[in-house]
Amino acid sequence: MTVQFDSTATVDSGTVTSDRANGHDALYPAASAQHGTRYRAPLDTAIIATDIHIYFPTNDVLRSYLDDPWRDYHKTYGSRGFDGSHYPRAMPNAARHDAWPGDGTPPGSNLPLLQKQLLDRWNIEIGVLNPLVGAGEQRNLAFGAAFARATNEWQLAEWLDPEPRLRASIIVPWEDGHLSAAEIDKWGSHPGFVHALLIARTKEPLGRRKYWPMYEAASRHDVPIAIHFGGAGGVPITGSGYPNHYIEDHGGMPQTFQSQIISLIFEGVLKEFPTLKFVLIEGGFAWIPPLLWRMDSAWRKLGSEVPHVKEPPSDLFRRHFWVSTQPMEEPFKPDQFRQLLGQMDMDDRLLFATDYPHWDFDAPDRAFPVPLDKERRRKFMAENARALYKL
Amino acid sequence: MSEPARIDCDIHNEIPELETLYPYLPDHWLDYCRESAFNGPDAADYPENVPTAARAGSSPKPDLAEVQSNALDDVEVGILNCAYRVQSVRNEDLAASLATAINQWQVEHWLEKEPRLRASIVVPSHSPPLAAKEIDRWGHHPGFVQVILPARAEAPYGNRRYDPIYTASVKHDLALGIHYGGAPGHPPTPTGWPSYFIEDYANMAQVFQSQVISLVCEGAFERFPSLRVALIEGGFTWLPSLMWRIDKEWKGLRHNTPYVRRPPSEYMRSHLRFTIQPLDAPPNPLHLAQILDQCGGEDLLMYASDYPHCHESQDILLDLLTAEQRDKICNANARAFYRL
Repeated sequence: MTVQFDSTATVDSGTVTSDRANGHDALYPAASAQHGTRYRAPLDTAIIATDIHIYFPTNDVLRSYLDDPWRDYHKTYGSRGFDGSHYPRAMPNAARHDAWPGDGTPPGSNLPLLQKQLLDRWNIEIGVLNPLVGAGEQRNLAFGAAFARATNEWQLAEWLDPEPRLRASIIVPWEDGHLSAAEIDKWGSHPGFVHALLIARTKEPLGRRKYWPMYEAASRHDVPIAIHFGGAGGVPITGSGYPNHYIEDHGGMPQTFQSQIISLIFEGVLKEFPTLKFVLIEGGFAWIPPLLWRMDSAWRKLGSEVPHVKEPPSDLFRRHFWVSTQPMEEPFKPDQFRQLLGQMDMDDRLLFATDYPHWDFDAPDRAFPVPLDKERRRKFMAENARALYKL
Repeated sequence: MSEPARIDCDIHNEIPELETLYPYLPDHWLDYCRESAFNGPDAADYPENVPTAARAGSSPKPDLAEVQSNALDDVEVGILNCAYRVQSVRNEDLAASLATAINQWQVEHWLEKEPRLRASIVVPSHSPPLAAKEIDRWGHHPGFVQVILPARAEAPYGNRRYDPIYTASVKHDLALGIHYGGAPGHPPTPTGWPSYFIEDYANMAQVFQSQVISLVCEGAFERFPSLRVALIEGGFTWLPSLMWRIDKEWKGLRHNTPYVRRPPSEYMRSHLRFTIQPLDAPPNPLHLAQILDQCGGEDLLMYASDYPHCHESQDILLDLLTAEQRDKICNANARAFYRL
């Protein structure tokens, strides 16, 4: 067989609708690129936003949810994580300029503003809160557990109770598997909590056994484990040391997600917990097909080292993992986005996300760089999340 | 159709044992190695007996006769990449002397005996000034076409600390080769140490991605416009996704690095080349054709056997190519890149 590199000579495996047949190629790409206007999708489906960030408005609010002695501890010793890897962000609090409430409190800390700018503005049916407050990164694990508990109670009292469109994350002190299991056991059957939230930059690869008690609890309650962009686990963000710039830290996060997937698959977590589900949030997804190809190839050659991995890693990944859409992938040409969806073959696993209130927000009508058929829009914008989270 | 002779961009010539280098070490280090029972660098980045280390009928550390009989049929030029980890020897002076010894050994035992071979200069890259000296020592030797660096280092390669290496490489018109492996002491992943070799192996593609991000975003190609870098044994099917992502990052964050003046993917296309083994190919050849189209692979890929390592067949790629594309990937791209 001879197939030239020209994409016009390639035919996808049938999972991708040809937009060439629909005439979109002629209408869309060059024009939009030249004029800087991005394709706008019709808002004709339900929308479930799977990545919304909230923060404590003040330390006093956090402390009001902490028990003694942690209230004084936080006042005296503060929040202490794995330091020494700070990259000044692009924006204050990595937030949209218009997301500041204006009263000195940070973006994502004000429910009425969040309702106005996100839930009402875009007619969001359900929004999933992912508070990135640092509870899991505390070096004092007992304080981390108290911090996590406080955050979970705060989510319920100040966000879910007044706003029925919102759902919460179980915040856990993930560097301690047993403390995390206890927190999942506490909230796992509460309908307001949809997943347990970790961050991508853990101290060790997430397949390591120290994390397994947490997975056991998650399996027990059928709570997915969500892994979100960011964090600092005390080691460089590359396998070759610390880069210099925020763009490298931000752009390097897909490599972090890839490492976590490699670990979760090859260290046997999915063998031990065959019903466990993982949600990858804010990591992008164009790197998924080549990662699956590499893992499969490595497994065919080196699988003798990991006899507990009994099927191709790509099969395990497609069965156990869900992926959020933001930051949206932006290939050079629209057709390449459809090729990507075809290579992934995970139409039931993509979850729309906005990342409100962060600077790289994806709006529901402009998130996808190409027109998608209605069925795909329905799945990506809401139905995949509804099925995963049993909403 | 008769096949044009190939240029093989990745053949391994490993040091059999530390004693091999004794004849080339200064007396001080010879005594030191003997007295301390030093066995060589402590790097477990490629265990010698893993299933990928050697193919049937080969040994993990082939000698010249084996390479000649097994790896040079239909090969016009073969590029040797010695992966001895002098960079993991913390004593920089010893590391530098080991590198000199290795390079002298390469000249005597490989280059002077087999005219089809070219070699890569091994350098103590954890000490860039000493590495630059080593490059100056061999830069005029026509047998050396490249400076070889392990993919994993103490800092990503766009960092300015490496500029002495690039200054010397550019001065001698040598390519840089970033090759699988390395043992710099910190973990191979952004999340710490994995348990298994297969994880290190799979993760190495991410290290290559990090190096591309670093070289582009830290401005190495603006500081050294003639710098050209081969990414060896790290795969390439991830390249389109990386181009898209870093171009997107650059749109939002270019004020972070004002010296990156063009979209990152343009630097990748003009300064980087990729060897094709391991292929890490999709099961569906049409998906591979898409990848090639998306990144302009016919101009970026260079044939490599990775002898004696054992990987999957490259036929799924080679069968996709037109005669012209095959000539580029199997020969012309490397000829231009290595100035052959």
